[in-house]
Amino acid sequence: MKLTKLFVFLMIIVSLVFPISVFAEPTTINWWHAMRSARGKVVEKMIGDFNASQSEYKVVGTNKGNYDETMNAGVAAFRAKKQPHILQVFEVGTQTMMLSGAIYPVFELMKDAGIDVDWSRYLQAVLSYYMNSDGNLMSMPFNSSTPIMYYNADMLKKAGIAPLSKSDPITWDELGEITKKLVSAGIAPNGMVTAWQSWTQIENYSAIHNIAFASKANGYEGLDTELQINNPQVVKHITRLKSWADDKRFMYGGQKYAGPKAEFMAQNAAFYIDSISGIAKLKKGVKDFKWDAAPLPVEAGTKKLQNSIIGGASLWVLNGHSKKEYKGVAAFLKFLSNNDMQEYWHKETGYFPITIDAYDSLKSKGYYKTDPLQEVGISQLNRAIPTKISRGLRLGYFVQIRNIINEELEQVWNGKKSPQEALDNAAARSNIQLRTFEKTYK
Amino acid sequence: MIKRSFFKSRYLPYLLILPQMVVTLTFFYWPAIQGLFQSFLLSDPFGQKSTFVWFYNYKELFTDPLYLKSILTTFAFSLAVAFVSLSMGLFIASMANRALRAKALIRTMLIWPYAVAPAISGILWLFLLHPSYGIVALGIKKWIGVDWNPVLYGSDAMVMIVMASAWKQISYNFVFFMAGMQAIPKSLIEAAAIDGASPFKRFWFISFPLLSPTFFFLTVMNIIYSFFETFGIIHTITQGGPGGSTNILVYKVYQDGFVGLNLGSSAAQSVVLMSLIIVITFLQFRFVEKKVQYGG
Repeated sequence: MKLTKLFVFLMIIVSLVFPISVFAEPTTINWWHAMRSARGKVVEKMIGDFNASQSEYKVVGTNKGNYDETMNAGVAAFRAKKQPHILQVFEVGTQTMMLSGAIYPVFELMKDAGIDVDWSRYLQAVLSYYMNSDGNLMSMPFNSSTPIMYYNADMLKKAGIAPLSKSDPITWDELGEITKKLVSAGIAPNGMVTAWQSWTQIENYSAIHNIAFASKANGYEGLDTELQINNPQVVKHITRLKSWADDKRFMYGGQKYAGPKAEFMAQNAAFYIDSISGIAKLKKGVKDFKWDAAPLPVEAGTKKLQNSIIGGASLWVLNGHSKKEYKGVAAFLKFLSNNDMQEYWHKETGYFPITIDAYDSLKSKGYYKTDPLQEVGISQLNRAIPTKISRGLRLGYFVQIRNIINEELEQVWNGKKSPQEALDNAAARSNIQLRTFEKTYK
Repeated sequence: MIKRSFFKSRYLPYLLILPQMVVTLTFFYWPAIQGLFQSFLLSDPFGQKSTFVWFYNYKELFTDPLYLKSILTTFAFSLAVAFVSLSMGLFIASMANRALRAKALIRTMLIWPYAVAPAISGILWLFLLHPSYGIVALGIKKWIGVDWNPVLYGSDAMVMIVMASAWKQISYNFVFFMAGMQAIPKSLIEAAAIDGASPFKRFWFISFPLLSPTFFFLTVMNIIYSFFETFGIIHTITQGGPGGSTNILVYKVYQDGFVGLNLGSSAAQSVVLMSLIIVITFLQFRFVEKKVQYGG
């Protein structure tokens, strides 16, 4: 009897002297992401490394399907008050997340957790996509890519054209000349094909040439933004592509990447514009010809070329958890942006490293000498300090807007509408969406 | 004299239908009412802000020319699917109904496509008819010389989704027609044959009218199928493209609600879709069913 009492007493003393951490499980941090198969494994490895690096927190990653499904899972969980700490959301959902009232902005999180981050050491064109209008970072960039132009090197060689530079872009006029040569000589059945036409031919085209996609600094400065893609420059670009489509210098391969990629791999098209994530896919899939990559073409006589813009997803921290848990979230986000993690991420997936330090470190290790393809996108992204127009797009119902642009462009390609008509219509229809969005958040 | 059962307790019948009522109320009426309510709101997906806007969502829908086009597309699509799958199903059933040696085997094999999920059916047809990597599409372009391109031309895309949707449903129709035909007394057909009626006339004047209840039932089922269950096919083949030419109502509900997170508009669209189906089914029962001859 006496012994039992003594034991209980001792236990109380022990637990008072040593804080709960001795007995308690590590604090769990939930992260819902949209990374599957090969990328999913890379994510698991990064989580494993973090969990092994300390004992206070345990990050648990869960794949919730593709981007749409992951975002919906997050929304449903938030409504049921069962939200994860970190939610990965694709770039078009940025505005919805920012206004959701469900988030803990990353810059505040880091400040509150006492972690000092030098944001100037990050790739500015990546950060700027996820900043609010005051330049504060709202979500942590995670997987970011940008479009580049792949080409069939064998076909160019056959036509006696020198390989393209990996850092200096050719002009659209030059691309027109090259594709004309290839098609008329019968070397290539078609000139170029493009994946994600809204992202590559309108969003990025506008950013590179510093043309406003929408008013109010592309929507960063107000919900009363309106689409401006029916401007003369973009109309001219689409008109050019349409005229190319008529003489086979351009072919339409579908809205996403599967069709266009198949055309390029079957050597039906000599040029193929797609995200840098295409590098890995082409490396795996192309066996019977040599291919290479170059920056996106630009307009001749552009005084100052701007950065291209990113696609991909970022990590949002959701409201409603304890201070201690947020400390863990901050530590984890910090861990993800250290050099080792970023280099590993970049090498395995082809997505950009998000810090300049990681980029420099890879450079000094000679990584880009052995794999020069990987540098095409990153140097295009870093070639200028983003302007208010080239930093990104901040639009409500962006998914619908991209659908509208796709629909209207398709009607240009199949000859039902003129480029001006289609782009006017796209802007008008998108503006209705934007007004509904504005009304919702007023 | 029809047999009737009588319950001694007044409450027993209510108790017996209670489970059914509970299931229907929770899984049908409750979500439907929620949907109806949501359609009068503008709300953000996270549920932080909701504004009651009366008929704003409906007004936006019906002033959008593309939505009206989507309604027409849906009707054209479902009529085409119902027509192709019913006529093919009927044709195959009347062929298979003949006394063949491998009848049982053939019947079993004809039923299989029904077991294929719509999304898989979509993928299968995509592998056949995609302009970039479809085996049949490459053949069509090379040997027949038709510029087949469902990625670019709306009419080609429509043909493709109608084929993929009807193909699956043919099996379903086949089973019902087959059963219907076997229920027709042989003596009727033999009598007609003795009177000198040709096989076509025997089919048209005897089998077909006797099959009309089956036909009616299948028409309703096929239209409902093409309105709702073809989602997987559209999603895998065209995603509503090109230029919105295969964007049927149910796909638009998904696009706007699930992907685009515009809950108000999506809810309003579901309400419209639900009303359409109610009206169609009502019209069918009111006018078409009168012409149906139930055996007796």
